[in-house]
Amino acid sequence: MPAIFEKMSLVRPRSLTAALSLLTSDPTLTPIAGCTDVYVGLHFGTMPHKRFIDLWRLKELHGISVDRDVLRIGATTTYAEIIASKLVQKRVPMLAAAAGEVGGAQIQNRGTLGGNVANASPAGDTLPVLAAAGARVVLRSHAGTRTVPFDAFYTGYRTSVRKPEELITAIEIPRIDGRQWWRKVGTRRAQAISKIMMAAVRGKDVRIAIGSVAPTVVLAKQAAAVLSRGGAIAEARAALLAEIAPIDDIRSTGAYRAAVAGNLLEEFWTVTK
Amino acid sequence: MKLTVNGKTRNVKAHPMKRLLDVLREDCGLTGTKEGCGEGECGACTVLIDGVAVDACIVPVAHAEGCRVITIEGATATRTGKALQNAFVVHGGAQCGICTPGMILAATPLKTGASLAEIKVALAGNLCRCTGYPAIFRSVESALKTPRRKSSRARHL
Repeated sequence: MPAIFEKMSLVRPRSLTAALSLLTSDPTLTPIAGCTDVYVGLHFGTMPHKRFIDLWRLKELHGISVDRDVLRIGATTTYAEIIASKLVQKRVPMLAAAAGEVGGAQIQNRGTLGGNVANASPAGDTLPVLAAAGARVVLRSHAGTRTVPFDAFYTGYRTSVRKPEELITAIEIPRIDGRQWWRKVGTRRAQAISKIMMAAVRGKDVRIAIGSVAPTVVLAKQAAAVLSRGGAIAEARAALLAEIAPIDDIRSTGAYRAAVAGNLLEEFWTVTK
Repeated sequence: MKLTVNGKTRNVKAHPMKRLLDVLREDCGLTGTKEGCGEGECGACTVLIDGVAVDACIVPVAHAEGCRVITIEGATATRTGKALQNAFVVHGGAQCGICTPGMILAATPLKTGASLAEIKVALAGNLCRCTGYPAIFRSVESALKTPRRKSSRARHL
């Protein structure tokens, strides 16, 4: 890696309060935790930021708990911890399944849920799960705490409503009624970045979310509405295609993604019958 | 920054964002940890931090501060590490050898008697460019085999 450390800095606050103070006085600091995306950017010289604030060991951001029937996952909780969590396995098995398909063990031991949300890649594997689950993002700054519904969090390609002085402290997931389903399609089974992935819930209402088919994760409300009212799968497929905008890129083509999106919808509906 | 590498306390003077991989190779002189892709895809640089497998190419040394780091040079100090090393020799688990330190460290956290499926999950983040996976799986399986109890007959001999 090109070692350009002269211009790089890392501040390491000991508490969340200290971290929020530092961010308030200097909102240009970039928060880092498991660093699985950070070092890819540094390695290829595509990381625009040089001054970082370390959240990795902040206890306040870490851990999984249930409070008043809401599952709360701290931002720096790793994929490995999510996979191993009985609470997640029981309440949001589709999240445990998605976490198990992010990279290999080494990535799962370091990558965090908050990092996946903050990095805001259209290919972020947990994002369709959080959208389908009706999750909420808890944001905190020195001024206070606010909670944003997941489907209102992203504003465009790699942009969100998070203000520079705010930190994602946790993700909240309410109780999910219905069968959960998850499928990732990549170049190979292990360690591949997604071409397309879908998370869905089949309950009284149907919820369907797809990744890598638009600048941000898509909550396919029209397709879900068709299926919720007992419409035909062909009609749902057509509705879905109108909701997504897949493009050609290094990992796949728009045509492939559109075809697979429809196939995934059909598989979800057949498998969860 | 103080970290314990293979049981030895090291006082490292390095930028906190310096990759653990570079600190191990350049500051500690431990070149057994190999750089493959440099982006957390291939697992060649796998080391253990407090017993957990990580890619040293995407870990800032700051995150190893105060931790116990095990590299391939120290892996064979444990019974599992020694067994893995021997099994890789016996079963031809190493071809060109670049992926071998990472493979051995990624397999180290596995429990005795791990199934082939568990071994494949543990090694999913490690690429072998010689594509010698069957021999690698055989090596790990053999190293982690439950030690066979001596039969009662053998005991009476």
